[in-house]
Amino acid sequence: MIRLCNVTKRYGETVALSGVTLSLPTEKVVALIGSNGAGKSTALNIIGRLIPASAGTVEIDGKSLRDWKSNELAKRLAILGQTLYTPARLTVEELVAFGRFPHSRGNLGAADLRIIDDALEYTGISTLRGCFIDELSGGQRQIAYIAMAIAQDTKYILLDEPLNNLDMNKAAKIMKLLRTLVREKKRSVLLVIHDINFVSFYADYVVAFKNGALKYSGKTEDVIRSEVLRDVYDMEIAIKSYRDKRLCVYYE
Amino acid sequence: MRILSKIFAARVWQWILLLSAAVGSLFIGVADVSLWDILFADSERLGIFLVSRVPRLCSVLVAGSSLAISGLIMQRITRNRFVSPTTAGTMEWCRLGVMAAIIAFPDAPAILRVFVAFAVSLFGTSLFLTFVSRIEARSIVVVPLVGMMLGGVVNAASTFFAYQYDVVQNVASWLQGNFSLIIYGNYELLYLSVPFMIAAYLYADNFTIAGMGKGAATSLGLNHAGVVRVGLVIVSLVSSITIVEAGNIPFVGLIVPNIVSMFKGDNVKNILFDTAWLGAFLVLLCDVAGRLVLFPYEVPIGVILSVIGSAVFLALLLRGKRHA
Ligand SMILES: Nc1ncnc2c1ncn2[C@@H]1O[C@H](COP(=O)(O)OP(=O)(O)OP(=O)(O)O)[C@@H](O)[C@H]1O
Ligand SMILES: [Mg+2]
Repeated sequence: MIRLCNVTKRYGETVALSGVTLSLPTEKVVALIGSNGAGKSTALNIIGRLIPASAGTVEIDGKSLRDWKSNELAKRLAILGQTLYTPARLTVEELVAFGRFPHSRGNLGAADLRIIDDALEYTGISTLRGCFIDELSGGQRQIAYIAMAIAQDTKYILLDEPLNNLDMNKAAKIMKLLRTLVREKKRSVLLVIHDINFVSFYADYVVAFKNGALKYSGKTEDVIRSEVLRDVYDMEIAIKSYRDKRLCVYYE
Repeated sequence: MRILSKIFAARVWQWILLLSAAVGSLFIGVADVSLWDILFADSERLGIFLVSRVPRLCSVLVAGSSLAISGLIMQRITRNRFVSPTTAGTMEWCRLGVMAAIIAFPDAPAILRVFVAFAVSLFGTSLFLTFVSRIEARSIVVVPLVGMMLGGVVNAASTFFAYQYDVVQNVASWLQGNFSLIIYGNYELLYLSVPFMIAAYLYADNFTIAGMGKGAATSLGLNHAGVVRVGLVIVSLVSSITIVEAGNIPFVGLIVPNIVSMFKGDNVKNILFDTAWLGAFLVLLCDVAGRLVLFPYEVPIGVILSVIGSAVFLALLLRGKRHA
């Protein structure tokens, strides 16, 4: 279980996150939503210990983030940032193999190789395995990084806008893959995402931020409502029924 | 065993090329030594061979491969292809250290010079890295230019103190790297670099991951700053050892990893052998060329590498721009 208690982040005068207290459900796909600059990445990066909080505590499985040994935490929690850039020329397979580093410390065993193959297979980039990542398209590169996070094989998977650069088909496939990981491997996925229809269709639970503060958190059907979305995004969003889901329409 | 078989697998041609160049180099020089003399143990000629030619070859190979590996480490920990001991000012700091050691302890053994050069270059290179992490325009090209500028300033200071303390003669010999002074008994300190090459192999994945950035390293459970520190220690030590024993051998750490990267990528563990190989081969070729171009005179290898190195560096800069 991931727990935030009064987490605050300041950058000089700007308050990126103010006093967020929150418990995230496990074995669910949890979506972090909010407008640009709302503090989503800040929250995700604090949970993933990429940046320190200015105040407050984060607990993962009952242990404060500070008390986790970094290698132990890397076996339990993987985080993929919003901007992915590596100046190193690595092949897709090498990149994904580095996801195994916390477990193998560089000596890949048969089990590691199988997990790497699976990650490439699930994300549909097996055919690209020998390509250098600096010679891929933006979307292909994005998927390679997602495969790396999946190969890390952690209980918690944190992804910051993983659908960036992906076409609808690939985006839907990645979301279905995350659902499968939750269902079959009991993973807990936390992702920042802007497309609220993907949220409506694939997330179990939604956390909404506004101006650095926690605005709403609850089951998807409780958050995907016109009045909530109007408050979060400051715009009119119509909700239509489609099969048993809700479809958000935000074009005028 | 697996490591050994990996090293030898499919690298036969690399070994053949290097070995034939190495053997060839043993028979090039002012004194005429032929295979015949060696086989029939002409004692005077054999003496030249064992006291001068063989040590020279060994030092060329060790210096070339260890400098290339330091360059590779430097490029990964700074995430910049154009940063190397030459372009980050490390070499200039080493030279400042050597000079300080000469002034302060004129009769001290070489190992002490290495130690002082190491301390000074570790300090200087760390200072450079802190400095570039602060400046706004962290363009990939600006960083090495800042390094060379800083190196120039350090160089000026070295020269100033060299005149002040009347040790110009000594310091000048460190300006241009040169293997011609190497003889049996005065170069063995160079072998100290070998354990650090092995350390680089054991730490290879850490360097690659550090090259993926702080975020990726943290996510994979690595302490990014710690890896950078280990890298800096290896780079400073290898540079210091090389400078004290052979002088400044410029640009090897810059161009070799870039050339290897074009063909084999940047996964340190995969390319460590090729980097060491090309470093050794390049320095060997330049050393032989230095003996041949003005025969019977010798051109210091530092001069030859400066010419070749800056040309390749410019080509890389232009290529980098096209690919940006
Ligand atoms: N390194 C930084 N220095 C200063 N201010 C920052 C920094 N990073 C973020 N901020 C500020 O913190 C606030 C929250 O940023 P954050 O990146 O969390 O937004 P976000 O919700 O992820 O937005 P987006 O949807 O655009 O990615 C913004 O106002 C931003 O300007
Ligand atoms: Mg963001």
